[in-house]
Amino acid sequence: MSVVTLTIDEKIVSAQEGQTLLDVARENAIDIPTLCHLDGVSEAAACRLCLVEVVGTSRLLPACVTRAAEGMVVHTTTPKLVEYRRMILELFFTERNHVCSVCVANSACELQALAASQGMIHVRLDYLHPHLPVDTSHQQFGIDHNRCILCTRCVRACDEIEGAHTWDVAGRGIHSRVITDLAQPWGEATSCTSCGKCVQACPTGALFRQGSTVAEMQKDREQLAFLVRARKEKQWIS
Amino acid sequence: MDRSELNDLAQRERASWKPARLHCCTASGCLATGAEGVFKAMKQAITDKGLTDRVQAVGVGCLGLCGRGPLVQLAPQGPLFEQVSAEQAPSMVGAAVGESPHAAILDTAHPFFSSQLKIVCETSGEIDSERIEEYLALGGYRALHMALTEMTPAEVVQTISQSGLRGRGGAGYPTGLKWATVAKMPPGPKYVVCNGDEGDPGAFMDRSVMESDPHRVLEGMAIAGYAVGATQGFIYVRAEYPLAVERLRKAINQAKKLGVLGSGVFETPFDFRVDVRIGAGAFVCGEETALMASIEGRRGSPRPRPPYPAEMGLWDRPTLINNVETFANVPTILRKGADWFASIGTEKSKGTKVFSLTGKVRNTGLVEVPMGTSLRHIVEVMGGGVEGGSVKAVQTGGPSGGCIPAEFLDTSVDYESLAQLGSIMGSGGMIVMDQTTNMVEVARFFMEFCMDESCGKCIPCRVGTVQMHRLLSKIAEGKATSTDLALLEQLVPMVSETSLCGLGQTAPNPVKSTLRYFRHEYEERLRPMTSTNGRVPLPLRLA
Repeated sequence: MSVVTLTIDEKIVSAQEGQTLLDVARENAIDIPTLCHLDGVSEAAACRLCLVEVVGTSRLLPACVTRAAEGMVVHTTTPKLVEYRRMILELFFTERNHVCSVCVANSACELQALAASQGMIHVRLDYLHPHLPVDTSHQQFGIDHNRCILCTRCVRACDEIEGAHTWDVAGRGIHSRVITDLAQPWGEATSCTSCGKCVQACPTGALFRQGSTVAEMQKDREQLAFLVRARKEKQWIS
Repeated sequence: MDRSELNDLAQRERASWKPARLHCCTASGCLATGAEGVFKAMKQAITDKGLTDRVQAVGVGCLGLCGRGPLVQLAPQGPLFEQVSAEQAPSMVGAAVGESPHAAILDTAHPFFSSQLKIVCETSGEIDSERIEEYLALGGYRALHMALTEMTPAEVVQTISQSGLRGRGGAGYPTGLKWATVAKMPPGPKYVVCNGDEGDPGAFMDRSVMESDPHRVLEGMAIAGYAVGATQGFIYVRAEYPLAVERLRKAINQAKKLGVLGSGVFETPFDFRVDVRIGAGAFVCGEETALMASIEGRRGSPRPRPPYPAEMGLWDRPTLINNVETFANVPTILRKGADWFASIGTEKSKGTKVFSLTGKVRNTGLVEVPMGTSLRHIVEVMGGGVEGGSVKAVQTGGPSGGCIPAEFLDTSVDYESLAQLGSIMGSGGMIVMDQTTNMVEVARFFMEFCMDESCGKCIPCRVGTVQMHRLLSKIAEGKATSTDLALLEQLVPMVSETSLCGLGQTAPNPVKSTLRYFRHEYEERLRPMTSTNGRVPLPLRLA
């Protein structure tokens, strides 16, 4: 396997060929925000927060799926990118009912953390205020569609790590939502093994353990990457 | 089947043609205005008059001027009748044997007809769309035979490259380059896919080609299969085109029966099977990665490119995806040569382009013109301009395109010129708008379309289109302030630069182009800012 050198934010870094820009950046302590990326599962490239500028390409490229190449010059925080990231976060906040003060994941939410770290302090667009259900038919877990950002981490974790494929996406456009089995209540989804991986994967308070109240839903997102590494590389230490 | 059998069959077919043929258009446009009744009545009248050995009625493909259907043409070189009714059928049969007809006759010397140059539509309107023999009689499948017996796959790719053909789906990627890329991928299973998921509002070129001349598309695909080393093809057609699906299926069966598709095409070692796949009503499935997901039986949502389909497509195998019209050009290019094709059109855009001319224009229908024809010629001369008014703008490229104002009507139609004006060639929809058209409403209409058709995978498209639509509605209803317009103008570049696939990337184009040329229409609908109606505009950069 060959090694390539590239420049990310004026810093010269080395990478293995085929490594993604996101990987390389994180190895070198360069922070690129993400929401749909989850270590251990495949990429969706759907949240568009990791878009970066690559010199010589007019298009913005998602760092999570763009491979490092020799001589690449990458900028991760240009004024344009900063502005677009804030607007993307604005869109997330207007889409559903993200009310942090009454959310189980308050202070443990990736969306909330990103809004703070990216400086999204105000929403200028109209809130869409959709009427969405909360499904608590499962014995141990629940889903609050009001908090879901459709990152599909639960879908991928369930399919790729647990192998159950209980979760999927139904509907399209603004009417998309994650469903269990054939859109029946979670408690009746027979393919669900109740492993809880989806809950750990969820970046917000959409998926939660029942009985959690405001700010109690802490998630262990490392657990999934640990499992994947353990299986692939037979390394049982984190 | 070999060359001599092919020739025999074509000759026998031509010999069986009656001296006078009444061509009745049986494509969707004319069927909608009652062509089926006309066709049946003509057949009946031929029997009634005892003219079965002198006249025949043929259900042909699109005759072009869809707005005046049902159309019937007396062939060869007879008059073209418009708005024919079943009652007039006997009179037209009479016309075939020299009587004077009682039906309105269209002037075929009109520029609508005489300015056309037919390559893609060469045989549509000339032959029975449902019989392979008629396609063979006019030289069909000769190009495939020639490719298989006289050319190497590399020579076929070379010919297509030299012809300068570019993708007719809208983006204009060089077809030869795409073919060469797929051909160069290591051997193994490869696929050829024909994108017939035409979904732009106002566009019906591909429907017409598939309905009128399904064999031409199949022949093009088979040639592509030979050139790139694929043995399986798929035609992806939207479910809203049932007649196209039916005729394609019929055509595939006929072609297999004659041995021009299937195992051992023309008794050579080349195998090529084609299957039809039907869409389920999602516009986004016209995007190639979503289309492939749909063919594989998965949810039709796009994935990031690269890897491009040429490298990793259907079932992760190299896949060649071209549009219906692109494939339909191929047989003629092979038959007449790359140089001939390259001599038509402009320096960078070769050949012809089929447009569906619709909207507030006198002559609506399908036109095929050489690249480089001016918009004015198409709209005002061929289309006859606007009835009792003047052209305000021409919309090309559907929801991914833009509005070109009347002052730029002298622009020549080619990929680069249209892009320069902030529109695109697109698949060929051309909507003419008159002075009464409200451009904010036009932008809102297309935004609503994109909002409804967004798959929901990426956030800028999923929510950005909704927010843009809300802002456009607010402006259209006179409820917006300059703050809202400023917000809209920030969303436009953001959504186009950050969306995952072509749908989101081009969704803001109608807004962008109407803002560019008709900004005053937006501004005159704004309300003045007061302390109660508008939030204070915030600076772009926060914190």
